Amino acid sequence: MAASGCRGVRSILWKYGSYGKNLFVSRSKMVPQLPLRQIYVASSLWKKNLAAAGPQKFTQEFIDKQVEEFEVGKRHLANMMGEDPETFTQEDIDRSIAYLFPSGLFEKRARPVMKHPEEIFPKQTAIQWDAEGRPFHFLFYTGKQSYYSLLHDVYEKILAIERHQDKMRNKGLFTSDTKQILLTGSRWLLKEEIEENLVENISVQDYMRLIQLMELLLSMPYCSLEEEFILKFRKQLEVQSSKYEIPALQYDPQGVAFSVADGRRKSAKASITLRDSGSGNITINGRNYLHYFPVLQNREQLMFPLLFVGMMGRFDIEGSVEGSGHSAQAGALRLAISRALLSFVSEGEVEKMRQAGLLTADPRIRERKKPGQEGARKKFTWKKR
Amino acid sequence: SSTDGPKSAHFDICSKNLKYKFSENAFNTNILKRHSGQYYTLPPTHIQKLFPYGLPPRFQLQIKTFNEGCVMVRPPALELISYLKRADYSKPPLRYVLYGDIGTGKTMSLCHALHYCYSQGWLIVHVPDAHLWVKNCKELLPSSSRPSRFDQPIQASQWLKNFKITNERFLSKVQLERYVWTKRESTEKGQPLGELIDQGVNRMKSSSDVVGAVLRELRLQAGGATEGEGAFKLAVAVDGVNALWGKTSLKKEDRTMCEPEELTLIHNLRKMMKNNWSGGAILTALSQTGSVFKPRSAYLPSELLGEEGFDNMEPFVPVSVSNYNEKEFESCYLYYLDRNWLQHPHSRSEEGKKELIFLSNKNPSILERLCAFL
Repeated sequence: MAASGCRGVRSILWKYGSYGKNLFVSRSKMVPQLPLRQIYVASSLWKKNLAAAGPQKFTQEFIDKQVEEFEVGKRHLANMMGEDPETFTQEDIDRSIAYLFPSGLFEKRARPVMKHPEEIFPKQTAIQWDAEGRPFHFLFYTGKQSYYSLLHDVYEKILAIERHQDKMRNKGLFTSDTKQILLTGSRWLLKEEIEENLVENISVQDYMRLIQLMELLLSMPYCSLEEEFILKFRKQLEVQSSKYEIPALQYDPQGVAFSVADGRRKSAKASITLRDSGSGNITINGRNYLHYFPVLQNREQLMFPLLFVGMMGRFDIEGSVEGSGHSAQAGALRLAISRALLSFVSEGEVEKMRQAGLLTADPRIRERKKPGQEGARKKFTWKKR
Repeated sequence: SSTDGPKSAHFDICSKNLKYKFSENAFNTNILKRHSGQYYTLPPTHIQKLFPYGLPPRFQLQIKTFNEGCVMVRPPALELISYLKRADYSKPPLRYVLYGDIGTGKTMSLCHALHYCYSQGWLIVHVPDAHLWVKNCKELLPSSSRPSRFDQPIQASQWLKNFKITNERFLSKVQLERYVWTKRESTEKGQPLGELIDQGVNRMKSSSDVVGAVLRELRLQAGGATEGEGAFKLAVAVDGVNALWGKTSLKKEDRTMCEPEELTLIHNLRKMMKNNWSGGAILTALSQTGSVFKPRSAYLPSELLGEEGFDNMEPFVPVSVSNYNEKEFESCYLYYLDRNWLQHPHSRSEEGKKELIFLSNKNPSILERLCAFL
């Protein structure tokens, strides 16, 4: 509209000839000039090829608005639940939502959820070219611009370290035993995790190339200069044994230490009191374990945790168990004994028990019978015709 | 006893005292007490004569394997033997009932006491397992003498044969009564016992009645003549005595259940259990393993005998048999090591021993079965 107006003015001026250039100039000053670059994106751009990057369904302002709404909603929720809005964490939000919107759905992902928009809306790339179709990034035409730019960065760093090395050699201060980066207890990010970070798909060979380059970087003596960069690509492994909660060690009126623990296996539930009294008696449901478990295998299951820890004749066990069959009951009791033993045993032993499989609950459960079949797996007699 | 291979010092000290030979004064109380927890060897001749059928089947296998029969001296047997020594045999016989959990050694203690009686020259009436008479009978004949009773010819003749082997010395006893078996056969007064038994063995049809006659004769004669040649003491040993008053698993021809009283053998044995005779002792042991229709957790006399049985057996001297204690377990373990029965190298270590203790809870029969495949 302004352009046509301008052209219109110019055409009038052209018709009436030129009264003078200064007249033209002043005229042009009055008319506002067109900006050189467009701020908004016209809808015509959407029709261009967006397959590589994926279409940008949510604009940045849309996401910002969502974040604002989330924060406000969080404060409202905190007020509703009567808690302090300042210290309202994500766990509190989850708890409150589960309370306000109780759902009987089995699929946890189908239940109502209130999380930060970063976690809900998938990460996506912004449009990577301008109005005239020129891409912003110099590696756009490789197809995987973030991946190759990452490789480029890593190689830059390698070169920088080599230059640093040369400098130190020139000065005569070159030493091989510099500070090394601690890599124990962490692992390289998986291919899926790197894809998530780069927001584009990479192949297995690409991933291996990247890891090789990182290891090359690590092999250089002065790699500690880039420690922060490298640790961005390593993930800490949690220490598994710290996950188990050790049942508290309680004391009898007589001063005898005892601990209580539960165990489950395949719909059998067991509960155990382990007393540190010095005899090896075991009572289950009021009966001696020799009578309750006539089968040798079940008694061996009971024996295994005590044998492993080496405290065979030391404990008195009083247990109650119900449900399922004799083998499952023995398994449930074994798990309960192992858990109760945790409070009598040192840290290193806990790790050993975990590795022996004593503390893992057996997840196997009876498989469902399917319609159209005799049982869970068995089919009806197959008839050719 | 041979010792070879790496063994602990403890074992070396014990191995000399582990077993002792059966000798004349083996049943002397002091000697027995000293050897409590240790094994003594049964002489093979005695095993053949006294126990062709009386020992538990697994123990018989063990005798065959080890080529010797070793019995552990344990408190219940010691108690029984001491009672037997101190009893007054002019009065009616005392009834002793061995009771306890399954696999604790009731039958073995009974056999030990019986061995004592045999070595003292008593006459042994030994029913190895009364449960065998109450179930799984192939032939059940209506009795020849009484209409409402049933005979078991096979079991009766089997028992008579065994009785003959055990009590050979007493076969020339004189009997008192006259018994009529059929129109043509009868045993006259004054004939030796041996002939009566032969009669029963040869004529299967009347064997159950012969059993009854034998038992009656022995009852009448045991109390008589305390001095002189004809004196003898009678030991009645019944294993699984709760079968006499329990239920049977036998059916009559019209498919109704048989009561124990309707069986001749059981009826006669019950008469034997009463203490209306003198000059002997009645040793019995309860047993749940062979019993019919009894729950596995029952082991007390009141549970296994039932009301009727309890009333009949009363008054009796109960002797309880329990699992091994520490010393006895140790002794049993060393015995198995000595005979090289525990082949697995781990079983010789302390850890292995603890495992054995745990898994068997020091129960003799379970320990034996456990060691069988080690």
